Amino acid sequence: MAEPRETLLRLHALGVAYRRDGRELHAVDGVDLELRERECLGVVGESGSGKSQLLLALLGLSAPGARLSGSIRYRGEELVGAPAARLEAIRGRRIAIVFQDPLSALNPYLTIGTQLTEGARRQLRLGRRAAASRAAELLATVQIDAPTERLRCHPHELSGGMRQRVLIAMALMCEPEILLLDEPTTALDVTVQAQVLQLLRDLRERSGVASLFVTHDLGALASMADRVAVMYGGRLVELASAAALYAAPLHPYTAGLLRSLPRLDLPLPARLPSIPGQPPDLAELPAGCAFAPRCPLVHERCTRQPDLRVLPDGRANACHFTGSATQVDAAWIRA
Amino acid sequence: MLRFLLRRLLIAIPTLLVIATLAFMLLHLTPGGPFDSDKVLVPQIQRAIEARYHLDEPVWRQYLRYLGQLAHGDFGPSFQYRNTSVNELIAQGLPVDAAIGSAAMLLALLLGCATGLIAATRPGSWRDQLPMGVAMLGISVPVFVTAPLLILVFAMRLHWLPAGDWVAGSWRHLLLPAVALALPYTAYIARIVRSAAIDALGQPYIRAARAKGLPPHRIVLGHALRPTLLPLVSFLGPAIAGVLTGSIVVEQVFGLPGIGHLFVTGALNRDYTVVTGITVLYGALIIGLNLLVDLCYAWLDPRVRDRA
Repeated sequence: MAEPRETLLRLHALGVAYRRDGRELHAVDGVDLELRERECLGVVGESGSGKSQLLLALLGLSAPGARLSGSIRYRGEELVGAPAARLEAIRGRRIAIVFQDPLSALNPYLTIGTQLTEGARRQLRLGRRAAASRAAELLATVQIDAPTERLRCHPHELSGGMRQRVLIAMALMCEPEILLLDEPTTALDVTVQAQVLQLLRDLRERSGVASLFVTHDLGALASMADRVAVMYGGRLVELASAAALYAAPLHPYTAGLLRSLPRLDLPLPARLPSIPGQPPDLAELPAGCAFAPRCPLVHERCTRQPDLRVLPDGRANACHFTGSATQVDAAWIRA
Repeated sequence: MLRFLLRRLLIAIPTLLVIATLAFMLLHLTPGGPFDSDKVLVPQIQRAIEARYHLDEPVWRQYLRYLGQLAHGDFGPSFQYRNTSVNELIAQGLPVDAAIGSAAMLLALLLGCATGLIAATRPGSWRDQLPMGVAMLGISVPVFVTAPLLILVFAMRLHWLPAGDWVAGSWRHLLLPAVALALPYTAYIARIVRSAAIDALGQPYIRAARAKGLPPHRIVLGHALRPTLLPLVSFLGPAIAGVLTGSIVVEQVFGLPGIGHLFVTGALNRDYTVVTGITVLYGALIIGLNLLVDLCYAWLDPRVRDRA
């Protein structure tokens, strides 16, 4: 990790807002993040935390009516408010995405071959044959057998795991610099999940593609991410290297998430602990810290919005409580 | 696919038999016969006429005789038009309806698809609400109102087009009836295309296509067109059958010699063979067009293809 790595993506005060019933909802609120070359940055959160909205915003694919604020710089180039043609040139070519549900992300009316090749034919000006042979090559890379024959298949003829591999191959067609992974394993069986994760790790080792891995599954991230960002209610609440975060979570929410993972090194409890309450409703966010209603450490000061503070060791935490991880854990055990 | 076709064609035979039987039975159950009139005929003449058309035979024999004719593609002689077969009557009337019907369908398709697609690109905007409001009007206002209005404006006031009558091969005589017939279909098609296109464009695979950097026109033509066409195709099957066999209202208002008119006068005059013949023809058209719809579906949707 000694060589200096260039920053590929730099998000500053990124916001994604929607109007609903005359009110403004902030799906993503003031997020600062950086993605460096060859890095895998994990983004964790429950549903509604804004993590998928963050990915869509990076590609300029937010739902109609979304208002983007702040800045997204790709190698220094501002993407917020960039012209449509410029975004089209970047999509798939520089920044590619693997969507969560492989069935709905594939067009049921078109062959796998058409869907794999159409991006590269446009972005790289590949001919029909060159694109098809590259597609077959990539299908082989993602461990799909008889790749040339599969190109003529339609999505319904493939299993869920195969479809997810096809989506990964599709994202790799133009050799992008950044891979956005939107819960790539959520819709899969556990055994297939493990295979897909292994595949993603191999790809990363081989091609060095940087990735932004969005998931609600801290377990899936553990083997993938260099750094992990935790999101809650549209905001970043903790950011640390994967090792530091798993060893000693500082934000009570991160600690709660980690506590609810089953552990192989300890006897399985009768019931896995969980975080009480519901994921936040963006329309009903409390005035201060969004996690306060569910937090075991909640205090008067939590009615003020905590800032994301960078600590001396480089990690960042957005909680008024400045105690140690052990103290946070103790609070959960008491709760 | 060939087996699918053969099976469908085999099923069509009993279906048509049921249609013919029902039409035959219903007509014979209706009081009155083709040769009842206010004028009392000499009994011998009455009997001679009935013998000539086999009306003196028991009904089951008439029925079997009719089926025998049908099997040979013969709809039998008309009871009202002397020395004219139903086949001849249909051969005279059908081209009129087919010409007006296909012109109307073409017009409705062009206009309806264009309006529907424009409306779908900006749902909720004026480009959506204005044409859809007009379409609602097109569906609610019946043809017997729009057709006389068209005549009033384009024939009586502006003298651009003839008010009616039929001259084979003359587009001027075709235009007004075709437009009158096309209006409600245009409105239906616009609404179908709009909702299908909005649905298709909202699918996650459209976002996936955009994520590849494809430009909007490639996404609409390459990814959204097929799912948009599917509901339209299933609407078009029966609609084309209806339009080809004539609209009695349009024929009446414009004084056209089509088979819709033939059908209604036949029913009033108890012209058994004309009514049964046109009913069977309509049934055969519906069956044929629905088969065509299913073939289109299989062509458009690979999932349907695999099931067939």
